[in-house]
Amino acid sequence: MSDLLQFLVSGVTVGAVYALVALGFTIIYNASDVVNFAQGEFVMLGGMISVAGVAAGLPLPLAALIAIALTAAIGVALNTFAIEPARGAPVVSLIIITIGASIFIRGVTQIVLDKGTHRLPSFSGDDPIHVLGATVLPQSLWVVAGAVAIFVALWLFFTRTLTGRAVLATSNNRLAAQLVGINTRFVMTLSFALSAAIGALAGVLITPILPTSFEIGISLALKGFAAAMLGGMGNPKGALAGGLLLGLMEALTAGYISSHYKDAVAFFVILAVLFAFPRGLYGSNPVERV
Amino acid sequence: MRLSPKQSTLLVLAVLMIASPFFFPSNYYYRVGSLVFVNSIAVVGIVILTGYAGQISLGHAGFLGIGGYACALLPAHFGLPPALAVVAGAALSGAIAYVVGRPILKLKGYYLAVATLGFGVLVSMVLANEGWLTGGPDGIKVPDPGLRALLEQVGIELTNPQFWYAFCGLVLFIGAWLALNLRESPTGRALRALHGSEVAARTAGIDVAKAKLNAFVISAVYASVAGSLLALQNRLITPDVAGFMHSIELVTMAVLGGAGSVLGGIFGAALLTLLPQVLTVLQDYEHVVLGLVMMLVMIFLPAGLIPSARRLLRGRGE
Repeated sequence: MSDLLQFLVSGVTVGAVYALVALGFTIIYNASDVVNFAQGEFVMLGGMISVAGVAAGLPLPLAALIAIALTAAIGVALNTFAIEPARGAPVVSLIIITIGASIFIRGVTQIVLDKGTHRLPSFSGDDPIHVLGATVLPQSLWVVAGAVAIFVALWLFFTRTLTGRAVLATSNNRLAAQLVGINTRFVMTLSFALSAAIGALAGVLITPILPTSFEIGISLALKGFAAAMLGGMGNPKGALAGGLLLGLMEALTAGYISSHYKDAVAFFVILAVLFAFPRGLYGSNPVERV
Repeated sequence: MRLSPKQSTLLVLAVLMIASPFFFPSNYYYRVGSLVFVNSIAVVGIVILTGYAGQISLGHAGFLGIGGYACALLPAHFGLPPALAVVAGAALSGAIAYVVGRPILKLKGYYLAVATLGFGVLVSMVLANEGWLTGGPDGIKVPDPGLRALLEQVGIELTNPQFWYAFCGLVLFIGAWLALNLRESPTGRALRALHGSEVAARTAGIDVAKAKLNAFVISAVYASVAGSLLALQNRLITPDVAGFMHSIELVTMAVLGGAGSVLGGIFGAALLTLLPQVLTVLQDYEHVVLGLVMMLVMIFLPAGLIPSARRLLRGRGE
């Protein structure tokens, strides 16, 4: 029983990070129909830049803030210089552009920062909390609380503010949004900034638990993508459900079946889901226009 | 006399293959050359799948892994000669592609991309984790096929890299020839039709699901043969061959050179294989340059290098 609880705790912690990465995918996908394979690099940048900031003697909150702002700027640059010029390109080209961007960001990070593996100090100590026989790191609570806060904030943003509704309108129908006077170009920029910032924040939150290095981005991107697919591409609720589900399944597999195949779960699940529900759990039924 | 595009492609290929060794200062260049050929074989498969039929696979390296490990495992466990293991591996890859392809190819766009990606990652994970069979992450030794010794008996003496250069070159030439023939065949025309519009292709009486499956199986066989050749000449195969990054490299090679044309695919394969060799001097910058090249070509020459260059030349000629 305490084993199960322990697995659930670690599953939810990792799942919260996957959910945030999946949310980043979702926001960009909705605004531009692009699946951004560089999404994992945002998480990596958030962690790595904070680490560099702390190493330079900055207090952690300030370093984290700088990391998030810088990553958001990089997200905007990605949109301006790589995605926007290739508008309307076929899916294969877009996949290669964003993977190229991801390799490029990794390469620059490795030169500008370093190739080492780093950890951030925990936000509020390392003394574990004991709950019903399971131990919970305080940092896990930060991760989960951070994810919940972001999801709530975004929900409010999309439903209660004019700008948020403009983003939703653009993702529903770009042309119609333009016709009613929405600056869709700004919506794109905003989406990339938002998505990058969310990724970076996830990176800051998780780095005290999972050490970061310039290489971690790609596997996070793949799992975040799997989580987003699992929930149904383009649906924030799906991203949350998919992320948590994936995290839980990974933790349970690692606990009860084999830790070697922990990383395989994401892809196994994705194949199974795609065979059964080709548009994901929350995906809408598509109508293809001929 | 005017050459058809098929003949001119094969002529260019043959001339390059035969002429290049005259400029090779050392055996090392034969080795790089045969690597170019091996990657090209896999990329020609991608050209059929992506360029002709318009389907994406981000997991094709999985088939390279199957082909490669077939050459290591079948001789060791079933006593199969390594040369026959290449054929058995290709048959196995084709069979797996047939089984996996049926449900996967119903998907489109990003969904197809993630499903194939998942397949590739699962293959590489099994290869890395089932250490009792595959030797785990460090890889496994591959026996010598003995073809070079056979040539020596009839009086042709080649160094090891020279042999593999010639052999892989020959396989690539045959592969390219088959792919070019396929292009103009009813099967190839069906593939290119469904690339344009699946609905239109179906209306014209094409069994779209079957045509896509054909392309997937054929390209899997190409990838498998490439993996086998890689394993045989390295005398070693590791799970990295089947990894996600390798799948991406293959697709990038195809799209970079121009996925629509066999020559383009081979050119892209040559470019991306040579790039890291040139960049070893600035090893730290390898990723930066690779990423930059991928982005720039896709943004400015979305059709790929060779078709874009061809268009440019034709434009001048008029």
